[in-house]
Amino acid sequence: MGIAHTLNGLGEVEIHRELSPEELEALADRLHHYGIQILGNPKMVLVQRIKDTIDRMLRNDNLRLYKISSYLSDQLEYSYAHLSNLFSEATHSSIENFVILRKVNYAKELIASGNHSLTEIAYRLNYSSVAHLSNQFKKTTGLTPTKFQRILQKRREHRIQQPL
Amino acid sequence: MNRAYHGAKDQILNIVLAYDDEDDRLFFQEAIEEIEIRTRLLMFHNGQELMDYLAKEDTVLPDLIFLDLNMPVKTGMQCLKEIRGNPALRQVCIAIYSTSCSERDIEDTFVNGANIYLNKPNNFNKLRESIAKVLQINWQYHTSSLNKDNFLLRL
Repeated sequence: MGIAHTLNGLGEVEIHRELSPEELEALADRLHHYGIQILGNPKMVLVQRIKDTIDRMLRNDNLRLYKISSYLSDQLEYSYAHLSNLFSEATHSSIENFVILRKVNYAKELIASGNHSLTEIAYRLNYSSVAHLSNQFKKTTGLTPTKFQRILQKRREHRIQQPL
Repeated sequence: MNRAYHGAKDQILNIVLAYDDEDDRLFFQEAIEEIEIRTRLLMFHNGQELMDYLAKEDTVLPDLIFLDLNMPVKTGMQCLKEIRGNPALRQVCIAIYSTSCSERDIEDTFVNGANIYLNKPNNFNKLRESIAKVLQINWQYHTSSLNKDNFLLRL
Protein backbone atom coordinates (compact mmCIF):
# COMPACT_ATOMS: atom_id res chain seq x y z
CA MET A 1 0.00 0.00 0.00
CA GLY A 2 3.08 2.24 0.07
CA ILE A 3 2.74 3.50 3.63
CA ALA A 4 6.01 4.59 5.26
CA HIS A 5 6.59 2.86 8.58
CA THR A 6 9.21 1.74 11.11
CA LEU A 7 9.40 -1.52 13.01
CA ASN A 8 10.41 -0.90 16.60
CA GLY A 9 11.44 -4.41 17.52
CA LEU A 10 8.65 -4.99 20.05
CA GLY A 11 6.33 -6.46 17.49
CA GLU A 12 4.93 -2.99 16.91
CA VAL A 13 4.81 -0.85 13.80
CA GLU A 14 4.92 2.94 13.75
CA ILE A 15 3.30 4.64 10.78
CA HIS A 16 4.90 7.97 9.79
CA ARG A 17 1.88 9.96 8.75
CA GLU A 18 -1.79 10.25 9.66
CA LEU A 19 -3.89 7.85 7.55
CA SER A 20 -7.24 8.81 6.08
CA PRO A 21 -10.19 6.83 7.45
CA GLU A 22 -10.45 5.02 4.09
CA GLU A 23 -6.76 4.05 4.16
CA LEU A 24 -7.08 2.89 7.74
CA GLU A 25 -10.11 0.77 6.83
CA ALA A 26 -8.29 -0.76 3.84
CA LEU A 27 -5.20 -1.49 5.94
CA ALA A 28 -7.33 -3.01 8.70
CA ASP A 29 -9.05 -5.23 6.14
CA ARG A 30 -5.76 -6.51 4.76
CA LEU A 31 -4.24 -7.09 8.18
CA HIS A 32 -7.39 -8.74 9.48
CA HIS A 33 -6.81 -11.40 6.86
CA TYR A 34 -3.62 -12.32 8.78
CA GLY A 35 -5.30 -12.18 12.17
CA ILE A 36 -3.67 -8.83 12.98
CA GLN A 37 -5.62 -5.94 14.43
CA ILE A 38 -4.76 -2.28 14.50
CA LEU A 39 -4.35 -0.59 17.85
CA GLY A 40 -4.64 3.09 17.06
CA ASN A 41 -4.82 4.46 20.52
CA PRO A 42 -1.85 4.49 22.97
CA LYS A 43 -4.11 3.31 25.78
CA MET A 44 -5.12 0.26 23.77
CA VAL A 45 -1.44 -0.41 23.02
CA LEU A 46 -0.72 -0.44 26.73
CA VAL A 47 -3.73 -2.70 27.36
CA GLN A 48 -2.38 -5.09 24.75
CA ARG A 49 1.04 -5.02 26.46
CA ILE A 50 -0.61 -5.88 29.76
CA LYS A 51 -2.34 -8.84 28.13
CA ASP A 52 0.85 -10.01 26.42
CA THR A 53 2.84 -9.71 29.65
CA ILE A 54 0.26 -11.76 31.54
CA ASP A 55 0.35 -14.43 28.84
CA ARG A 56 4.12 -14.55 28.88
CA MET A 57 4.07 -14.86 32.62
CA LEU A 58 1.55 -17.69 32.71
CA ARG A 59 3.38 -19.66 30.06
CA ASN A 60 6.83 -19.32 31.56
CA ASP A 61 7.62 -21.72 34.38
CA ASN A 62 10.33 -19.46 35.79
CA LEU A 63 7.89 -16.59 36.25
CA ARG A 64 5.24 -18.76 37.83
CA LEU A 65 5.84 -17.60 41.36
CA TYR A 66 5.99 -13.85 40.79
CA LYS A 67 3.11 -11.69 41.92
CA ILE A 68 1.19 -10.51 38.88
CA SER A 69 0.94 -6.93 40.13
CA SER A 70 4.66 -6.45 40.80
CA TYR A 71 5.68 -8.24 37.62
CA LEU A 72 3.39 -6.02 35.52
CA SER A 73 4.56 -2.76 37.07
CA ASP A 74 8.24 -3.86 36.76
CA GLN A 75 7.88 -4.81 33.14
CA LEU A 76 5.72 -1.96 31.96
CA GLU A 77 7.10 0.78 34.23
CA TYR A 78 3.76 2.08 35.42
CA SER A 79 2.22 1.76 38.85
CA TYR A 80 -0.12 -1.19 39.19
CA ALA A 81 -2.95 1.17 40.18
CA HIS A 82 -2.55 3.04 36.90
CA LEU A 83 -2.44 -0.16 34.83
CA SER A 84 -5.38 -1.57 36.69
CA ASN A 85 -7.60 1.49 36.14
CA LEU A 86 -6.68 1.74 32.50
CA PHE A 87 -7.38 -1.94 31.94
CA SER A 88 -10.79 -1.88 33.60
CA GLU A 89 -11.79 1.20 31.67
CA ALA A 90 -10.81 -0.29 28.33
CA THR A 91 -11.91 -3.92 28.55
CA HIS A 92 -14.98 -4.30 30.78
CA SER A 93 -12.89 -6.54 33.02
CA SER A 94 -10.34 -6.16 35.81
CA ILE A 95 -6.77 -7.42 35.43
CA GLU A 96 -7.52 -10.01 38.13
CA ASN A 97 -10.49 -11.33 36.15
CA PHE A 98 -8.45 -11.40 33.00
CA VAL A 99 -5.72 -13.43 34.72
CA ILE A 100 -8.32 -15.95 35.92
CA LEU A 101 -9.83 -16.16 32.44
CA ARG A 102 -6.38 -16.73 30.92
CA LYS A 103 -5.38 -19.31 33.51
CA VAL A 104 -8.61 -21.22 32.98
CA ASN A 105 -8.12 -20.89 29.24
CA TYR A 106 -4.62 -22.30 29.53
CA ALA A 107 -6.00 -25.13 31.67
CA LYS A 108 -8.55 -25.81 28.90
CA GLU A 109 -5.78 -26.07 26.30
CA LEU A 110 -3.83 -28.47 28.48
CA ILE A 111 -6.95 -30.56 29.14
CA ALA A 112 -7.83 -30.53 25.43
CA SER A 113 -4.35 -31.73 24.49
CA GLY A 114 -5.07 -34.85 26.54
CA ASN A 115 -1.47 -35.17 27.73
CA HIS A 116 -1.74 -33.80 31.24
CA SER A 117 -3.39 -34.89 34.47
CA LEU A 118 -5.32 -32.33 36.50
CA THR A 119 -2.63 -32.55 39.18
CA GLU A 120 0.04 -31.56 36.66
CA ILE A 121 -2.12 -28.75 35.32
CA ALA A 122 -2.86 -27.40 38.80
CA TYR A 123 0.86 -27.39 39.62
CA ARG A 124 1.89 -25.78 36.38
CA LEU A 125 -0.67 -23.00 36.74
CA ASN A 126 0.29 -22.38 40.34
CA TYR A 127 -2.96 -23.50 41.99
CA SER A 128 -2.52 -24.76 45.52
CA SER A 129 -4.50 -27.94 44.75
CA VAL A 130 -6.61 -29.73 42.14
CA ALA A 131 -9.67 -28.70 44.16
CA HIS A 132 -8.70 -25.03 43.82
CA LEU A 133 -8.22 -25.42 40.06
CA SER A 134 -11.53 -27.28 39.68
CA ASN A 135 -13.31 -24.64 41.71
CA GLN A 136 -12.03 -21.73 39.68
CA PHE A 137 -12.66 -23.66 36.47
CA LYS A 138 -16.25 -24.35 37.47
CA LYS A 139 -16.81 -20.78 38.59
CA THR A 140 -15.49 -19.38 35.32
CA THR A 141 -17.02 -21.83 32.84
CA GLY A 142 -19.96 -23.36 34.74
CA LEU A 143 -18.49 -26.78 34.00
CA THR A 144 -16.15 -29.04 35.91
CA PRO A 145 -12.84 -29.89 34.17
CA THR A 146 -14.05 -33.50 33.82
CA LYS A 147 -17.29 -32.45 32.13
CA PHE A 148 -15.39 -30.08 29.85
CA GLN A 149 -13.08 -32.91 28.86
CA ARG A 150 -16.05 -35.19 28.12
CA ILE A 151 -17.77 -32.60 25.91
CA LEU A 152 -14.60 -32.07 23.85
CA GLN A 153 -14.18 -35.82 23.52
CA LYS A 154 -17.78 -36.23 22.33
CA ARG A 155 -17.43 -33.35 19.88
CA ARG A 156 -14.49 -35.12 18.31
CA GLU A 157 -16.42 -38.40 18.00
CA HIS A 158 -19.40 -36.46 16.66
CA ARG A 159 -17.29 -34.86 13.94
CA ILE A 160 -15.86 -38.20 12.88
CA GLN A 161 -19.38 -39.61 12.52
CA GLN A 162 -20.71 -36.59 10.61
CA PRO A 163 -18.01 -35.15 8.39
CA LEU A 164 -18.85 -31.57 7.43
CA MET B 1 -15.02 -8.83 13.30
CA ASN B 2 -13.22 -6.72 15.80
CA ARG B 3 -11.18 -3.58 15.33
CA ALA B 4 -10.18 -2.01 18.58
CA TYR B 5 -9.24 1.46 17.35
CA HIS B 6 -10.60 3.31 20.30
CA GLY B 7 -11.31 0.87 23.07
CA ALA B 8 -14.30 -0.79 24.57
CA LYS B 9 -16.52 2.24 24.86
CA ASP B 10 -16.80 2.77 21.13
CA GLN B 11 -17.34 -0.83 20.18
CA ILE B 12 -20.73 -2.25 19.48
CA LEU B 13 -21.50 -5.94 19.70
CA ASN B 14 -24.05 -7.22 17.20
CA ILE B 15 -26.42 -9.57 18.97
CA VAL B 16 -29.24 -11.66 17.56
CA LEU B 17 -31.97 -13.35 19.59
CA ALA B 18 -34.37 -16.03 18.33
CA TYR B 19 -37.13 -16.65 20.86
CA ASP B 20 -40.79 -17.37 20.26
CA ASP B 21 -42.34 -15.77 23.37
CA GLU B 22 -42.91 -12.05 23.00
CA ASP B 23 -42.71 -11.17 26.71
CA ASP B 24 -39.39 -12.96 27.01
CA ARG B 25 -38.05 -11.10 24.01
CA LEU B 26 -39.00 -7.80 25.61
CA PHE B 27 -37.39 -8.72 28.95
CA PHE B 28 -34.27 -9.72 27.12
CA GLN B 29 -34.21 -6.47 25.20
CA GLU B 30 -34.71 -4.42 28.35
CA ALA B 31 -31.97 -6.33 30.18
CA ILE B 32 -29.44 -5.93 27.39
CA GLU B 33 -30.17 -2.20 27.14
CA GLU B 34 -29.28 -1.74 30.80
CA ILE B 35 -25.86 -3.31 30.39
CA GLU B 36 -22.82 -1.10 30.07
CA ILE B 37 -21.46 -2.92 27.02
CA ARG B 38 -22.88 -1.37 23.88
CA THR B 39 -24.96 -3.67 21.72
CA ARG B 40 -27.21 -3.69 18.70
CA LEU B 41 -29.97 -6.26 19.11
CA LEU B 42 -32.03 -7.93 16.38
CA MET B 43 -34.86 -10.29 17.33
CA PHE B 44 -36.62 -13.11 15.50
CA HIS B 45 -39.73 -15.13 16.39
CA ASN B 46 -38.48 -18.52 15.34
CA GLY B 47 -35.53 -20.43 13.96
CA GLN B 48 -36.58 -20.19 10.33
CA GLU B 49 -36.68 -16.38 10.43
CA LEU B 50 -33.20 -16.39 11.93
CA MET B 51 -31.79 -18.77 9.30
CA ASP B 52 -33.41 -16.73 6.49
CA TYR B 53 -31.77 -13.61 7.89
CA LEU B 54 -28.33 -15.27 8.15
CA ALA B 55 -28.61 -16.53 4.57
CA LYS B 56 -29.18 -13.07 3.10
CA GLU B 57 -26.21 -11.72 1.20
CA ASP B 58 -26.10 -8.28 2.79
CA THR B 59 -26.37 -9.55 6.38
CA VAL B 60 -23.61 -8.40 8.71
CA LEU B 61 -22.72 -11.51 10.69
CA PRO B 62 -23.64 -11.14 14.36
CA ASP B 63 -20.99 -11.48 17.07
CA LEU B 64 -23.29 -13.59 19.17
CA ILE B 65 -26.56 -15.48 18.58
CA PHE B 66 -28.93 -16.34 21.41
CA LEU B 67 -31.13 -19.33 20.54
CA ASP B 68 -34.15 -20.74 22.32
CA LEU B 69 -34.36 -24.52 22.07
CA ASN B 70 -38.13 -24.90 21.77
CA MET B 71 -39.31 -22.76 18.90
CA PRO B 72 -41.99 -23.37 16.30
CA VAL B 73 -41.14 -23.97 12.63
CA LYS B 74 -37.46 -24.58 13.31
CA THR B 75 -36.02 -25.46 16.72
CA GLY B 76 -32.86 -24.04 18.24
CA MET B 77 -31.14 -27.39 17.90
CA GLN B 78 -31.84 -27.48 14.14
CA CYS B 79 -30.48 -23.94 13.81
CA LEU B 80 -27.40 -24.84 15.83
CA LYS B 81 -26.65 -27.80 13.56
CA GLU B 82 -27.20 -25.77 10.39
CA ILE B 83 -25.02 -22.92 11.60
CA ARG B 84 -22.19 -25.22 12.65
CA GLY B 85 -22.49 -27.09 9.35
CA ASN B 86 -21.99 -23.90 7.36
CA PRO B 87 -18.34 -22.82 6.99
CA ALA B 88 -19.37 -19.19 6.50
CA LEU B 89 -21.07 -19.12 9.90
CA ARG B 90 -18.81 -21.39 11.88
CA GLN B 91 -16.98 -18.57 13.68
CA VAL B 92 -20.15 -17.05 15.17
CA CYS B 93 -20.57 -17.57 18.90
CA ILE B 94 -23.79 -19.33 19.85
CA ALA B 95 -25.52 -19.06 23.20
CA ILE B 96 -28.45 -21.35 23.99
CA TYR B 97 -31.03 -19.48 26.06
CA SER B 98 -33.53 -21.96 27.45
CA THR B 99 -35.73 -22.93 30.37
CA SER B 100 -34.53 -26.52 30.13
CA CYS B 101 -32.00 -27.56 32.76
CA SER B 102 -31.82 -31.13 31.58
CA GLU B 103 -28.18 -32.21 31.72
CA ARG B 104 -28.74 -34.11 28.52
CA ASP B 105 -29.98 -31.02 26.60
CA ILE B 106 -27.06 -29.04 27.91
CA GLU B 107 -24.47 -31.59 26.93
CA ASP B 108 -26.12 -32.19 23.52
CA THR B 109 -26.00 -28.51 22.61
CA PHE B 110 -22.35 -28.21 23.65
CA VAL B 111 -21.45 -31.33 21.69
CA ASN B 112 -23.21 -29.86 18.64
CA GLY B 113 -21.13 -26.71 18.87
CA ALA B 114 -22.87 -24.27 21.23
CA ASN B 115 -20.45 -22.03 23.16
CA ILE B 116 -22.75 -20.90 25.94
CA TYR B 117 -25.70 -22.42 27.74
CA LEU B 118 -27.75 -19.86 29.64
CA ASN B 119 -30.55 -21.17 31.80
CA LYS B 120 -33.38 -18.70 31.80
CA PRO B 121 -33.14 -17.05 35.25
CA ASN B 122 -36.30 -16.60 37.31
CA ASN B 123 -35.97 -12.86 37.81
CA PHE B 124 -35.04 -9.81 35.84
CA ASN B 125 -31.96 -8.80 37.84
CA LYS B 126 -30.43 -12.22 37.44
CA LEU B 127 -31.20 -12.13 33.73
CA ARG B 128 -29.37 -8.83 33.40
CA GLU B 129 -26.39 -10.13 35.39
CA SER B 130 -26.21 -13.31 33.35
CA ILE B 131 -26.36 -11.50 30.02
CA ALA B 132 -23.71 -9.06 31.26
CA LYS B 133 -21.43 -11.96 32.15
CA VAL B 134 -21.98 -13.64 28.78
CA LEU B 135 -21.21 -10.42 26.90
CA GLN B 136 -18.16 -9.67 29.01
CA ILE B 137 -16.60 -13.07 28.42
CA ASN B 138 -17.63 -13.07 24.79
CA TRP B 139 -15.93 -9.70 24.43
CA GLN B 140 -12.69 -11.14 25.83
CA TYR B 141 -12.84 -13.93 23.29
CA HIS B 142 -13.21 -11.37 20.52
CA THR B 143 -10.35 -9.16 21.56
CA SER B 144 -7.84 -11.58 23.06
CA SER B 145 -7.37 -14.25 20.41
CA LEU B 146 -8.64 -16.97 22.74
CA ASN B 147 -9.31 -20.32 21.08
CA LYS B 148 -13.03 -20.48 20.32
CA ASP B 149 -13.03 -24.27 20.13
CA ASN B 150 -12.49 -24.23 23.87
CA PHE B 151 -15.12 -21.59 24.57
CA LEU B 152 -17.73 -23.33 26.72
CA LEU B 153 -19.70 -21.46 29.35
CA ARG B 154 -22.65 -22.58 31.38
CA LEU B 155 -24.70 -20.13 33.44
